[in-house]
Amino acid sequence: MSPDPQGMRAMRIEGIPASPGYAEGPLFDLDRPPAAYTSKASAAQEKATLKAAIGKAVSRLTALTEAADGDGAGILEFHIAMLEDDALSGPAFASIGSGQPADIAWRQALDAEIAGYEASDQDYFRARAADLRDIRDQVLRALSADSEAAAPPGAILYGVDIAPTRFLETDWSGGGGIALKGGSTASHVAMLARSRGVPMVVGLGAWADKPAGVALLDAEHGGIVLSPSPAEFETFRRSSSSFAARQGKAQIFLTQPAVTKAGTPVKVQVNIAYPSDVDSIDIGSCDGVGLMRTEFLFGKSLPDEETQYHAYRKVLEWAGDKPVTIRTVDAGGDKPVPGFTVEETNPFLGLRGIRLSLARRDIFRVQIRALLRAAVHGNLKVMFPMIATAEEYGQAAALFAEEQTALAARGVAHKLPPLGIMVEVPSVAIAPDTLANAAFFSIGSNDLTQYVMAAARDNAAVANLNSVRHPAVLRLIASVTHFGLEKKIPVSLCGDAGGDPAVIPALLEAGLRDLSVAPAQLAMAKAAIAEVSV
Amino acid sequence: MSASAEATVLITHEVGLHARPSVKFTKLAKSFAAEVEVAVAANGPWFDAKSIVKVMAAKAPKGTMLHIRAKGDGAQEAVGALVDLVQRDFDEDRDHARSA
Repeated sequence: MSPDPQGMRAMRIEGIPASPGYAEGPLFDLDRPPAAYTSKASAAQEKATLKAAIGKAVSRLTALTEAADGDGAGILEFHIAMLEDDALSGPAFASIGSGQPADIAWRQALDAEIAGYEASDQDYFRARAADLRDIRDQVLRALSADSEAAAPPGAILYGVDIAPTRFLETDWSGGGGIALKGGSTASHVAMLARSRGVPMVVGLGAWADKPAGVALLDAEHGGIVLSPSPAEFETFRRSSSSFAARQGKAQIFLTQPAVTKAGTPVKVQVNIAYPSDVDSIDIGSCDGVGLMRTEFLFGKSLPDEETQYHAYRKVLEWAGDKPVTIRTVDAGGDKPVPGFTVEETNPFLGLRGIRLSLARRDIFRVQIRALLRAAVHGNLKVMFPMIATAEEYGQAAALFAEEQTALAARGVAHKLPPLGIMVEVPSVAIAPDTLANAAFFSIGSNDLTQYVMAAARDNAAVANLNSVRHPAVLRLIASVTHFGLEKKIPVSLCGDAGGDPAVIPALLEAGLRDLSVAPAQLAMAKAAIAEVSV
Repeated sequence: MSASAEATVLITHEVGLHARPSVKFTKLAKSFAAEVEVAVAANGPWFDAKSIVKVMAAKAPKGTMLHIRAKGDGAQEAVGALVDLVQRDFDEDRDHARSA
């Protein structure tokens, strides 16, 4: 979006929500340059000044650590450890020796480190560049004896990126938020903002150089309004109070069955990644497990049958009569497993999910035996990830039948669970009739969206394309749901969309009545369902 | 006495050998007198395991086979303790659950 030439009219800029919420307040510029540094007479003095500045920065961070909680303290300890490492300051001291003043020497040394992180092809490593910039600026400010101005209470802090220490130093008790032109949802600050409930939007891109006055930050959908009109204030305050009311009311919904405004019951199940996840969930608050991932088992080494059996049994016994849908291992793509997955140039389109299991049947059979044996301990359902054709389903189901016969011959207690599929490959979403013999469908909205939109879900540069609300994705979801209704095949959805209050109305309108969400989203999802009039 | 030891260990921590895990790793390495190095490939390059800047620069994500070697007093103990730390997932609560 280009800046308004008059700089007066309202402008909404779209970004990516990193921590949900709303903030209305004066803008505070994070990118103010530090005060100028005065060069010293000799290299020895420059070195002493830099050493003192690093020490000052360390003391400042140490003081902050005392007031910080777990996550914040962990980040500060990391910054302190970096500052205390001679490998970080070594190049700076060396260039002071060859005539550079301390500030330029330090900046160049740190900028070289930062460039290394920025060049990484992984979000996590790139996000660490913000930590390095923070470390750089802490020392630069100490060098020029620049005391950083505190943001006024309730301000929206805006800039290219925000330093973790800035976040930790800011008093958020009076509200406020963060609006970043760059930034990352994987940054340390994004993590802190989510745990503290501070609204934050990243990826806003370029905007008018000097915006001023009050802005409206919508971190539920991801956007900021500069120079808002009275009408925009009104709309914003309505959305903001609706968000606050939903959050407040959500807890009341947690222990109750989900129903829409029209009284339609909706099943809300949970997605879990580890057997221990269920220790902190009240089974009374959900309708079962809509997705239990099994990649966790494949972390350190390939797991034996007993390990798997006990992991599945634990969750089945916890759930009692309620269903537990276990997904056979979905390795490959963004989830490599040493000794199992293969190196590929395009892993999302390669040997992953059921394709890999069918290629490595020795490993798949171990999982199948563990599932068949665990099935006698509860209401088990099993689903296959990444099914694209009826042949794959047929082969996987045949392996279950073979192992069942073998267990029966050995007199081992077992039970054949209903075998369903994930609907996430467009071929199945477009032609669900080809898989009409599956016991149930579970729509994997994350993968379905990335494949329909041709936008990798781990690539921030195409995050705007990766929207489940695109009509193409919603139409496929509706069509699969209607096909299931017609053929009496149960259909549920277990992607992130199921727990997103902004998407839930569209999913229910598409006909879905069974959603599986992250445990932390249960309450908000139920509250959002109660607002829908289908 | 000039002892030496070497081992490899799979990094299973969700984000790999970074930030907080690196702080713990380098602190533990520094508690030994031996010279300790890490690499992400058997043939190097080797990084000083006591320098967080160097360890971070190794950019070792989850699923990396981390090579650890030590030379000098307590080399065996140093390698054993570091392997153990990695195997315990750096004593961190696993977070960042996988998406569906």
